[in-house]
Amino acid sequence: MASAAAVAEHHEHTHYTTTGLDNRKVAIWAFIGSECMLFVSLISTYLIYKGKSIVGPFPHETWTAPDGHKFNAILNIPVTTQSTFVLLMSSLAMVLALEAVENTGKPGYAGKIRGNASFWLGFTAVLGMTFLGYQAFEFTSFVHEGLTIHTNLFGSSFFTLTGFHGAHVTAGVLWLLTLMSISMKRGLTQKDALLVDICALYWHFVDVVWIAIFTLVYLIK
Amino acid sequence: MATTAATPTFAPPAAASYEQSGIWSWITTVDHKRIGALYLYTALFFFMFGGLEAGIIRWQLALPNQHVVSAEMYNQLFTMHGTTMIFLAVMPLSAAFFNFLIPLQIGARDVAFPRLNAFSYWVYVLGGTFMTLPIFFGNAPNGGWFGYAPLTTMPYAPGLNIDFWVMGLQILGISSLAAAFNFITTIINMRAPGMTLMRMPVFTWMSFVVQFLLVLAFPVITIALVFLLFDRFFGTNFYEIAAGADPLLWQHLFWVFGHPEVYILILPAFGIVSEILPTFSRKPLFGYNVVVYSGIMIGFLGFGVWAHHMFAVGMGATADTIFALTTMLIGIPTGVKIFNWIATMWGGQIRFATPMKFAIGLIALFTIGGISGVMHSSPPADLQQTDTYFVVAHFHYVLFGGSIMGIMGGIYFYFPKITGRYMSEVLGTWHFWTTFIAMNLTFFPMHFSGMLGMPRRIYTYDAGQGWDTFNMISSVGTAMLIASTLIFVVNFLKSRKSGEVAPNDAWGAGTLEWSIPSPPPDYNFAEIPVVTSRYPLWDLKHPERTAGIAHSAPDIMTITDAHAVPVHEETGHKTAAELGIPMPFNTVKPAIAAAALVGMFAGLLFMHQNKFAVAMTITIGSAMLFVGTLYAWLTSPLE
Repeated sequence: MASAAAVAEHHEHTHYTTTGLDNRKVAIWAFIGSECMLFVSLISTYLIYKGKSIVGPFPHETWTAPDGHKFNAILNIPVTTQSTFVLLMSSLAMVLALEAVENTGKPGYAGKIRGNASFWLGFTAVLGMTFLGYQAFEFTSFVHEGLTIHTNLFGSSFFTLTGFHGAHVTAGVLWLLTLMSISMKRGLTQKDALLVDICALYWHFVDVVWIAIFTLVYLIK
Repeated sequence: MATTAATPTFAPPAAASYEQSGIWSWITTVDHKRIGALYLYTALFFFMFGGLEAGIIRWQLALPNQHVVSAEMYNQLFTMHGTTMIFLAVMPLSAAFFNFLIPLQIGARDVAFPRLNAFSYWVYVLGGTFMTLPIFFGNAPNGGWFGYAPLTTMPYAPGLNIDFWVMGLQILGISSLAAAFNFITTIINMRAPGMTLMRMPVFTWMSFVVQFLLVLAFPVITIALVFLLFDRFFGTNFYEIAAGADPLLWQHLFWVFGHPEVYILILPAFGIVSEILPTFSRKPLFGYNVVVYSGIMIGFLGFGVWAHHMFAVGMGATADTIFALTTMLIGIPTGVKIFNWIATMWGGQIRFATPMKFAIGLIALFTIGGISGVMHSSPPADLQQTDTYFVVAHFHYVLFGGSIMGIMGGIYFYFPKITGRYMSEVLGTWHFWTTFIAMNLTFFPMHFSGMLGMPRRIYTYDAGQGWDTFNMISSVGTAMLIASTLIFVVNFLKSRKSGEVAPNDAWGAGTLEWSIPSPPPDYNFAEIPVVTSRYPLWDLKHPERTAGIAHSAPDIMTITDAHAVPVHEETGHKTAAELGIPMPFNTVKPAIAAAALVGMFAGLLFMHQNKFAVAMTITIGSAMLFVGTLYAWLTSPLE
């Protein structure tokens, strides 16, 4: 009996894996690889269609419609620079959240803000939501300026690309809030570091994709 | 000699290891072997369905100017024949083997994520049903399996037909992607001690390559389909030529997915014959490393040849030349494999059992298809052949002559492992020869009708263009193919109940799956094997065969798993509980999540009926059910 229990116990905690990594960590990397191709397809389409729109408004140039109505260049780089900064800072908060979980109870962490996983997870989520707020503002102001998903190729490819990214951020925020609620309910410890680690990998990936989008869509004229 | 045993060595109900029978146990199962069986049965059903569609197509084309079905129905039939065979038959048949075999071949007790595995299956079967049912209402997809936009956009294809196709493929893509993440993780992370990458059976290797192709190719068609869906439902301009859209955007995106897709279809079959040929030649695979590397090479090059499907669109000399060269290049690793298989047989003590016949059939028929493939890798030749029956002949030689021959060989080969009984050799031999002859009768004449200018997808034709005889021969061949498939069905059903009982090692093979009882117990391996070479079972039983390949001493000391022991043949009948092996719980959550996912897409159909409220209710309701189920799933323990 005792030995059977010991065997069961042994199995519970040390599932043998070939690489020593947890299965979930391997899977998230495969998932991220797949997501790369998703965004590569979206970004490529945006770039292929750049400058191909027959009617405005355009991303970087003003446009005068046949009826004489004048449209400004759509992209507002200063505002998007702010939201990009917010998203980058959220990655920093994510790193600190993981550090807090990995060092639960250690001196220098216990009882300090540095060791408060719930705070850092929540802070990351808030920064993510701030980014989404910027995006909502951006989308509505574009619509007011006359650019919708129907208007032209730029509108279709821009809203689809950034919308897909926004959906990924939204999923990430839900994930972070879920982790935060677990953390507040029962506390996350070193044992749970993997849960946060996987979420962090996803979050950083979504962040990196935004850097590519910001560079290729906004900065390069 | 225990040849008189009336039941297989490990009959699950009798051994009471499973308390698993009845429909509910199948809906809730997370056992990779049972999910593999579900894939096998479902995919065989769709294979027959796609075959019947082909039967009607050939009936329509048997004589000039026939009207067996309407032209509109004909469009639906050829679209659904291609879509069914590719996405609902051959890919899931391969998935049946991935599921059943990969854990057994690498010495694992299950896949990395058993519940995700069940989810993949349920998404597949529900998505397949979603796409197949409309044909009974005359509403099936009708734009070809490649669904070229802008032809499939709203102005040119109103009606639900294309909606079913767009959303059906999205659903099936999710199934394939979920399965691919699962198998990549399984192969990377769940190998038994000593099972290094270069000791993995070649089937597992080819499956590994296929999973990467799935993971990298499917997102591209996902995005292409999202664009099409947005164009159709929300009025975007991705394929709207009047708005300046590029008419080739779809073709590029589709074929960036579509060409890796053909390797997704053929590599598992290559893997299966790489298991069959050494077993029945009774010697190790010739040039294992080269077979593996050429498989990886095919995977890489597969992403660089897509535009050879588009030589006729006028891409210009530079692009045509580059894609012609990469296409010719991919013939090299493929040819290398053919020679490796032939060299494996060379000097072996060959046993011509049914699986071996199919494997050799693959080598012969795939080579013919491969050669015609090299023919239209040359743009000037391709311009003559594109969109003619010559191309139809080519891809049926590689898909039927390659994938289906390999898969059929695999079914005969692994049937004893799956069920504990052999399939009938007599019926198997009849099945093989009728298939082999009928297959050539059906598809070889298409080379000629194609060269004489008969276009693909044509509804009917006038007499006197030199096509009549060839079409009649093809149609007779198809009738024979249907008959030969019936022989297979009879054999399959009969052998399940009353086939000759098979031992653990049904064919004298060398890999791990043959060291455990047939059918395997739910935990697969009572003790995790420690592997020291590529053919661990031959090391045990026929060391003379493996004397020439690399070995290592079993390094027991570095192994952390209490259950790991050197490779041996297992005969035990113990249950998982007796052995102290934790088993995953059955759960219905993956099936519910799959149904909710399909509901999300199905709801959108109502948008075109101007029932926006209904559409949103179903879609958002299903989405909430999906997220809720996902949370319940993730917070409940696996085992």
